[in-house]
Amino acid sequence: MKKYGLKGWLYLLPAILFLGAFMVYPLVDVFVYSFEEGYNSASQSFFGVGAYNYAYVLRDEYFLQALKNTFLLVVITVPLSTSLALLISVALGSIKKLRELFQTIYFLPYVTNTLAVGLVFMILFKKTAYTDGLVNLVINFFGSPSVDFIEGPYWAKMFVLCFYTIWVVMPFKILILTSALASVRQDFYNAARLDATPKWRVFTRITLPMISPQLFYLIITGFIGAFKAYSDAVAIFGTDLNAAGMNTIVGYVYDMLYGNGGGWPSYASAAAIILFAIVLTITCINLLVSRKHVYYV
Amino acid sequence: MENIDRSMTRARVGKAFVYLFLAVWAILVLFPFYWMLLTSIKSYGAYNGEYIPRFFTPNPTLENYAEAFTAVPLGKYFLNTVIFTLVTTAVMLIVTVLAAFAFSRLEFRGKDLVFTFFLALMMIPSELVVITNFQTITNAGLRNTFTGLILPSVTSVFYIYLLKENFEQIPDELYRAAKVDGTSDFHYLTRVMIPICRPTIITVTILKVIECWNSFVWPRLITDDTNYFLVSNGIQSIRENGFGRENIPAMMAAVVVISVPLIVLFLLFRKKIMAGVSRGGTKG
Amino acid sequence: MKVVLEHLTKKFPSRNKKDKSEVIAVNDMSFEIPDGKLVGLLGPSGCGKSTVLNLICGLETPTEGKIFFGDDNVTALPPEKRGVGLVFQNYALYPHLTVRQNILFPLQNLRGEEKLSKEAMEDKMLAAARLVQIEQLLERKPSEMSGGQQQRVAIARAMVKTPRVLLLDEPLSNLDARLRLQTREEIRRIQRETGVTTVFVTHDQEEAMSISDVIVVMKEGVLQQQGKPQEVYNDPDNLFVAKFLGTPPINVFDGEVRGGRLYIAGDAVMELTGVSDRHVTVGIRPEAFRVRDDAPMRCALVGVEVMGRDTTIVATSEACVSGSIRAVIGAEYAEGVGGEEVRFYLKESKVHLFDPESGERIRFDAAKAL
Repeated sequence: MKKYGLKGWLYLLPAILFLGAFMVYPLVDVFVYSFEEGYNSASQSFFGVGAYNYAYVLRDEYFLQALKNTFLLVVITVPLSTSLALLISVALGSIKKLRELFQTIYFLPYVTNTLAVGLVFMILFKKTAYTDGLVNLVINFFGSPSVDFIEGPYWAKMFVLCFYTIWVVMPFKILILTSALASVRQDFYNAARLDATPKWRVFTRITLPMISPQLFYLIITGFIGAFKAYSDAVAIFGTDLNAAGMNTIVGYVYDMLYGNGGGWPSYASAAAIILFAIVLTITCINLLVSRKHVYYV
Repeated sequence: MENIDRSMTRARVGKAFVYLFLAVWAILVLFPFYWMLLTSIKSYGAYNGEYIPRFFTPNPTLENYAEAFTAVPLGKYFLNTVIFTLVTTAVMLIVTVLAAFAFSRLEFRGKDLVFTFFLALMMIPSELVVITNFQTITNAGLRNTFTGLILPSVTSVFYIYLLKENFEQIPDELYRAAKVDGTSDFHYLTRVMIPICRPTIITVTILKVIECWNSFVWPRLITDDTNYFLVSNGIQSIRENGFGRENIPAMMAAVVVISVPLIVLFLLFRKKIMAGVSRGGTKG
Repeated sequence: MKVVLEHLTKKFPSRNKKDKSEVIAVNDMSFEIPDGKLVGLLGPSGCGKSTVLNLICGLETPTEGKIFFGDDNVTALPPEKRGVGLVFQNYALYPHLTVRQNILFPLQNLRGEEKLSKEAMEDKMLAAARLVQIEQLLERKPSEMSGGQQQRVAIARAMVKTPRVLLLDEPLSNLDARLRLQTREEIRRIQRETGVTTVFVTHDQEEAMSISDVIVVMKEGVLQQQGKPQEVYNDPDNLFVAKFLGTPPINVFDGEVRGGRLYIAGDAVMELTGVSDRHVTVGIRPEAFRVRDDAPMRCALVGVEVMGRDTTIVATSEACVSGSIRAVIGAEYAEGVGGEEVRFYLKESKVHLFDPESGERIRFDAAKAL
């Protein structure tokens, strides 16, 4: 038995080494950093311990802007993308012809490079000296003046960001909801049909409760994912998100760490921990709410 | 009968609306791909000459692709990404399989405790640990090296969990039978468990490849030498200062080049990838 | 409510996409289900009996033929307008709703003139629950109940709208042996109490024989025979029906009719009239055998199984085509059985002759055992 015990740890060793060095240690360290005042990467020294980093971050205009952007992004994209995905999945479930083709097409954004396709979105929305961009031409066609979506007003930029974010997250949601809908046994629908159940009632009283675990899973992961938005924004507005006024919390963390005005791991740590606290709180609230509304088999 | 006719017509109109709705979303999804392909084969002059962009181009050209590979080291980025993806995925697989095997098949003291600890780690967002990792790799002098790129990208607690669950579904009898035949644990793992769980291992591999191919944040932090750029960083640098001027067709050619491998992979393994993602994938 | 099926045919497109041929699930079925009876639709799996059920309730539409409820032609009527109650094989209880909500569900769908007040719904729900004796389980969820209890809830849900016809799809297949006995009595009782015309589908002949007023035997989409269970058992129309009904199953032999006598393995076992000389397939019910030392039918003895009040003699014969012979006799007659050989004589009414090619019954006028 003793030999066995050792063997188990041996097999586990690589995983423990990797996780220890790149997850557990950093996890502890990030808290340490966040309380070391005045730490600087260049000098590798600090002059105090306290909550100053948090205070600094919470007063930093850039952070507040990032916070606002992130919250807006979450509040707009999570409900929109989830309900749109539900609508699309229900529509997919009601057809037979072309169904696989549609499913394949809808999944494409999942396997594309966020940065690369973001560039295409930028070009579609951007106003340059040569052209107003395709989207603006469409807007012009409907009689409205052009808007610079990439370097123009805040709402326009936020619109593009939300639009792109939804475009990116849809494949996963459609996939999960489609298979959730398909897993509801036909018997339930037959039983409902025999009882002359109206369509909306079948949907609200049978379909929705049956897929509520997956729906809820999507809402939670959707919240978490949207709070950690970064690549999408970089893809559209470039790496200098602060200048564009479109930074996100994660973007702020990286900027503090490296990049423009970087070299401040303590501020970065404080911001990351604030983000983690927000995500944790929201997830807990989600879990509490779901207790009432989610039905688990 | 009139009633039935009317309800049939209504059903048909409803169906038409459903298809219309689905088609609209399909177009929204496909259009960016079409646009990048289209733009990539327009010549620089033609593109900039079109105030109203055309939906077709009369004179397609491949010069942008040539430009993409010569004016910026796109080939180099490509190669880097391939190396990074292959090595990271391979190391991840070895580490993950060994750990999953230990958790599912071997008995040792503290197993449950360690496993619970692993599960807890699943909830830690990468943003929290990236800060220290950045410091660690920088201090170790591993910036702008493959080692620095790969090491922190290997770990995936979730995949260990996924594989462990799958390993545990193999009946105990097989293990006992193998033991009676005098098979060693390692042999049992490579000859029995891995072949049986091949679908899950393929799933994990595909998910990791997608993740690696698209990874952006960590490479951006750890590399500033273009010799070590991955495609995501390459695209970003092309966007910010590539091609010397705003050469959008060339940019789009680069975008097409780096998008194609994953799309081809997807079309080849469509069913596997979609099943895998629905079992264990998120993006973001 | 009488249910009449007229020349009902249902074809499905083949599962194999390249193959354009069709699968005929039900082939030209006609039969009448008398009002207020309990009818067992019986056949091996894949014989189309579930399709017939789905045709009656309207979840499938027939390719050809008509269905009448009473005098109403309901062939084109959607299922919700037919007034049928269906109990699904796996019950299909909504897992997120309580028993009460499950039973109320069909009532809450009623609209317009049929719409019920809250109190009326409650009354009907309680009446249905009482009928199946689950009043004390109303607040439970399906996952908190046994299979038998779920079955009762499913019946209550099907009965709550007082359907014209009650349909049950393999109602006992998900239950263990003991519950099965109990539940089939329960179904019988509920049917008697309400007098609703009931059709249930099963592959278990014992189940069908024990509670049905009428059984309908199907094979490969074709109706084989229908009638009262005992009549069908005693007087099967073909070899399939004879083999399908009865436990232990009927013993089958190669035989020959020559000169007014039936020979099995060279032994003349019966005298009969009305059958010309020919090869026949002989079906002999296990209870047709009698033991006597000088009886004509000689078989090699394998063993004697004593099971409570009955004794089964297991024997073999070169002419037997259904494995070994199983003869069920009263325990008191089995005492003398032993040694290498056992000799039987037969009870004429339990012996049936069939055409070896078609399996159709060959009827004889009179017979006398030797």
